[in-house]
Amino acid sequence: MPPIRDVAVIAFGQTDHRRTSDELSEVEMLMPVLHEVLDSTGLRTSDIDFTCSGSSDYLAGRAFSFTMALDGVGAWPPISESHVEMDGAWALYEAWTKLLTGEADTALVYAYGKSSPGSVRDVLTRQLDPYYVAPLWPDSVALAALQARALIDAGDTDEPALAGVAARSRASAAANSHAQLRSPVGQGDYLVRPLRTGDCPPVGDGAAAVILAAGERARELCGRPAWIRGIDHRIEAHSLGVRDLTDSPSTRLAAERAGAFERPVDTAELHAPFTSQEVVLRKALRLGDDVDVNPSGGALAANPVMVAGLVRIGEAAARIHRGASDRALAHATSGPCLQQNLVAVLEGDPR
Amino acid sequence: MSKEPVAVVGVGQTKHVAARRDVSIAGLVREAALRALTDAELTWADIDAVVIGKAPDFFEGVMMPELYLADALGAVGKPMLRVHTAGSVGGSTALVATQLVAGRVHGTVLTLAFEKQSESNAMWGLSLPIPFQQPLLAGAGGFFAPHVRAYMRRTGAPDTVGSLVAYKDRRNALKNPYAHLHEHDITLEKVQASPMLWDPIRYSETCPSSDGACAMVLTDRAGAARSPRPPAWVHGGAMRSEPTLFAGKDCVSPRAGKDCAADVYRQAGIADPRRDIDAVEMYVPFSWYEPMWLENLGFADEGEGWKLTESGVTELDGDLPVNMSGGVLSTNPIGASGMIRFAEAALQVRGLAGEHQVEGARRALGHAYGGGSQFFAMWLVGAEPPSS
Repeated sequence: MPPIRDVAVIAFGQTDHRRTSDELSEVEMLMPVLHEVLDSTGLRTSDIDFTCSGSSDYLAGRAFSFTMALDGVGAWPPISESHVEMDGAWALYEAWTKLLTGEADTALVYAYGKSSPGSVRDVLTRQLDPYYVAPLWPDSVALAALQARALIDAGDTDEPALAGVAARSRASAAANSHAQLRSPVGQGDYLVRPLRTGDCPPVGDGAAAVILAAGERARELCGRPAWIRGIDHRIEAHSLGVRDLTDSPSTRLAAERAGAFERPVDTAELHAPFTSQEVVLRKALRLGDDVDVNPSGGALAANPVMVAGLVRIGEAAARIHRGASDRALAHATSGPCLQQNLVAVLEGDPR
Repeated sequence: MSKEPVAVVGVGQTKHVAARRDVSIAGLVREAALRALTDAELTWADIDAVVIGKAPDFFEGVMMPELYLADALGAVGKPMLRVHTAGSVGGSTALVATQLVAGRVHGTVLTLAFEKQSESNAMWGLSLPIPFQQPLLAGAGGFFAPHVRAYMRRTGAPDTVGSLVAYKDRRNALKNPYAHLHEHDITLEKVQASPMLWDPIRYSETCPSSDGACAMVLTDRAGAARSPRPPAWVHGGAMRSEPTLFAGKDCVSPRAGKDCAADVYRQAGIADPRRDIDAVEMYVPFSWYEPMWLENLGFADEGEGWKLTESGVTELDGDLPVNMSGGVLSTNPIGASGMIRFAEAALQVRGLAGEHQVEGARRALGHAYGGGSQFFAMWLVGAEPPSS
């Protein structure tokens, strides 16, 4: 069933993602980005019909951490607003559904995350089954290494191929002034076999914001809106023992529902924090060598947790805005070993 | 093209208690979800998407628990969205699920909210020290007591009103098999003799800490036509947020609450809420919030809310029953409390509220708020489908 209304990404902004941002609160990190997207469209907070954000209390180390960010947004007079305890890509999904109902014509979506104050590898273990798995503290790199090992054993990839993904991503990031790693880094030593440091994302802090608009409003505010032709997300079982780690059926299904397979895409921004995950996603999304994958450098160049998925949608949209892409796919992931995946298909008007 | 009408065809709750040591978090949520499916006479296969909500992750000590709960909620292979808007989250979660149906993204959606407070310590979860920010060391009661005092001073309400609300809600809870507190020997004198915690709030005027979950099945017009029991139709729903603290904030009657209610009434064609609405489930964690919200939601003029309460209008057999289920004062699994309000409103207009049913309830309001009275979520449900 086609969507009731056309909705587009009309503006995108992000911070420079950095290893640490000790001198900044989350709100201070976020505010310049909010101003950037509002300024680029000429909109003011009072012009925004709906606001939705994504973040995590566990990263912030406190309950209700999103309330401080909301104060920064300037919620006065009161605004129509919501929050998902997920990557900002899912906040964008909620905002998209709000626009579909016709209850709003414009939406501001933002996400932020600081990994630097703690050990993000340890923090992410708290996402796991709290009775049987989390008490063992298997960290995010170790779990990704299990997946990488399964792929290598299945003959889907090998270590040199993974090193190639890493090198390509960091080379692409050279053109992205916001990226954290902007030049080739050596593959380094094994962090958790078979993953070397080069196969893993940098740990960093960052924020991003997007503005959505429906129909004619999008055309008024943006020279070349990035129309969301489809967006869908799916979740898989949590336990790694019942999943085939070499495949991503949730990504494939989300892509199908988002219409990704109806026509080829020219660009794909994949949220693959580990080199091995790009292998899984390329297969699930049937991406050929003719598709420009992660021209931004992807999550291997900057992976602010809770933000990196929204950044993928933003990067894909920005390419459409500037005419570098006509039909792009954006992907976001959450949970251990690609448990939950979102796929959006964005298009520019024909030129 | 207009929105798809949305109907509630299934409601399920757990029996709320201080500690459900017999089930895991997954077991708890599954119990409520299965009851909602049973009510709707549907199976997991009929559900297109799951929208889940709860208050801060620190309350159970699990980061983004929806990931681990995907299996227990039949969400594998489906979309699963996690909402978190502080204490209003149960209401917001239901509204996000409503939106998925109204926007024709999905036909039938399971929405669920929970809190298993016994897994952790909510007071600790709210009191983590953060540099340069005042910790809420006195708990929620310490934060809200001055606002209650301000209300009393502003309106001249006698200091007996709070105990009337508590006495009423605890008696209503006796008629609700799912309510946490069943105080069979409750008397007004006992409420008034209970210890003062945060002046003017007494022990018996506060909510308990509960383990519990609430679920609803929402569906489109075609789904409602197949419903074995009467559906509740969503006539209006809205969320509003305002800053936590700023000089212009009216903590007694926040503008976000007024705006949110006005939006819902506009959508539902409610001209006079006092006359047009038959029953209200409002978020009253401390008894004085009943008269305060009666004014904020437009059921009484400013300064007059306490008079409605005092005259018995909000009793179960009154002219405008409030918190027929016993309310948050009798049951408070924080993240689920808002959804329970929404679900109880739906039960009333479906005529399925059992012993606490308001005779002939056709339109009911479900209300939730959170944070420092800065997040609001409300919906109005009716026995008839919306006309427009």
